[in-house]
Order: sequence, then C-alpha cells, then structure tokens
Amino acid sequence: MRFKKTEGRMLEADMTPMIDMTFQLIAFFMVLINFTASETHERVQLPQSTLAKPPDEPFEFPITLQLTDTGLFVIGGNEVASIQGLRPYLLNEATVLQQRQKQISDATVIIRAHKGAQTGMVQDLIKVCQENGFEKFALRAKEDVGN
Amino acid sequence: MKIRRSTSSGQDTIELQMTPMIDIVFQLLVFFIMTFKIVSLEGDFNIQMPLASQDEGLPDENDLLPPMRLTLTANDSGQLAGISLNDRNFANFRELHDYIASRVGDAGPSGSEDAEVELDCDYHLRYEHTIEAVTAVSGYVDRETDEIVRLVEKIRFSPPQENAEASD
Repeated sequence: MRFKKTEGRMLEADMTPMIDMTFQLIAFFMVLINFTASETHERVQLPQSTLAKPPDEPFEFPITLQLTDTGLFVIGGNEVASIQGLRPYLLNEATVLQQRQKQISDATVIIRAHKGAQTGMVQDLIKVCQENGFEKFALRAKEDVGN
Repeated sequence: MKIRRSTSSGQDTIELQMTPMIDIVFQLLVFFIMTFKIVSLEGDFNIQMPLASQDEGLPDENDLLPPMRLTLTANDSGQLAGISLNDRNFANFRELHDYIASRVGDAGPSGSEDAEVELDCDYHLRYEHTIEAVTAVSGYVDRETDEIVRLVEKIRFSPPQENAEASD
C-alpha cells in the first residue's frame, strides 16, 4: 500500500485571529488598569456627592490622609490609631517639602474619610495638619451617579 | 508564519512553537482580568484653611455677604437632627440649597467668590451629612449643560467643638 507524502501538510488551526483578539484584550486591560487604586483603603467608603467630579489637573503635592469609620487614620499605607501619632508623618512630609525648596502651604492634604466617620474627627485631622503648616485641604467624595 | 518547504532544498519546515506564547498570553490576560476593578470617579471639595489668626472672625463691613454660619446638629446616633443657617432653620438640604442659591444669586455675578460659609458641626455627626451640606452650599449641576454651577466657594470649618470646650 502506498502512502501519500504527508510531510508539511499537517492539519493546523489558523491561530492568527485568536492571537489578534487576545492581544487586543490584553491591550484593553493594560490601558484600563488603575494603579491609583493602591491609594485607596478598602475600609474607607467615601460619601457621595453630585458635585464630586475628577479634578482637571492633579494636585502639585498631594498628601492623602484616610479616616476609617472606627476612627483609624491611614497615611501612606501606615495605620495610626491616635491623631497625635500622625504628627511624625506630617513632620516628615513637611521636611520632604522643604528639601524640595517648596512651601508647606503648597501641599494639598486630601482627606478621604469614611461616610460614617465622625465629623469632629475630620476637623481634628484638619487641625493637626494646620498646626504643622498645611493650609490647603481637599475633602474627597465619590461621584454620585444615581442622579 | 509557516515557511513552505522549498522544493529544491529539501530542508524541514521551520514552525513557530505557538503553545508557550499562547500560554503566556493567556496568563497575562487572566492577570489583567483579575486585577481589573471598575473604580468609581472621585472628586474633591477644596477648602482653604490656614491656622486661625488673631484678627480672624471680624467681618468686613464692606462685604456684600456677611459670612454665613451653618450649624448642623446630630442626634445620639450621629444622624442629622437639625440644619440652621444664621439662626434660620431648614428641614432638609434641598431647602438650604434653594435659600443659598437665591441669596448668592442676589449678590450678583461675583457673589459666588465673595460668599463664605462656616460650618459648625456636632462632633459625632456622620461625615456623609457634612459632605451633603458642603454639596448643598457649594453648587449644583446644571441639568441642561451638565456643568457645575458654583454657589459658595469659600467653605471652612469652625474649630472642633470638643477641643474648643477642652481648651476653655
């Protein structure tokens, strides 16, 4: 019995469209991946506001301070139980600013407080920052899309 | 790409090994899908609050709009119990917003720049109500143009209540 020469005529699926689509999917997810989410804290649920629109331009020197509903402060990934414990971190930020030849008042303190947090604690937070020379504050809220 | 066997040379075909590449590509795809999180947009309310100086709190008599003092009181559980602006009570933030809009609107186009609101909140008031109040006084979204119309741009907090009592 004679066999036909089969070398080089293997049955192959055409991979090109699948790889095209897969690369497009990868590109899509790569573009949309948001590393700024690392600034957020899973325990902080922001209050909603219809006026909370993303800023046109980012702050020059943002310092993010977070406050959970249980009254825990988070700065730069460190959890601080008491408000007085924030002072060393704020002093550190102020020193960094001075080394960059900038005024402390140029920095913006972004406050991300849980919606159930006590307003008084937010005010205490602002007060501690003021005592360290910070003047600009931004109260962060989540965009209310339901309206 | 598959290179067809040349008839003259007689060499074997060179085939790209697709399997490892597809493995990696799928792993990348799975990584990005798993880390993908729809983040809701966030915005800020800017507050300019330098440390209180000695001459602060004295209203300028030339001001068209004297500083408005918004007082928010809370019940024991931290829920909103009362809203009052310069001793005038409001049932909800909608009323407050309409009042602020009429008052700032009367002051002319520069009203939004001159107007100032000082927030005086109970210590244990839930923060979301404070943000609601800030939203009510700072502006609204125009339904036709979908742009934000600013009302009061200067917002600040009065000193925290418990600390004020402790320092007396």
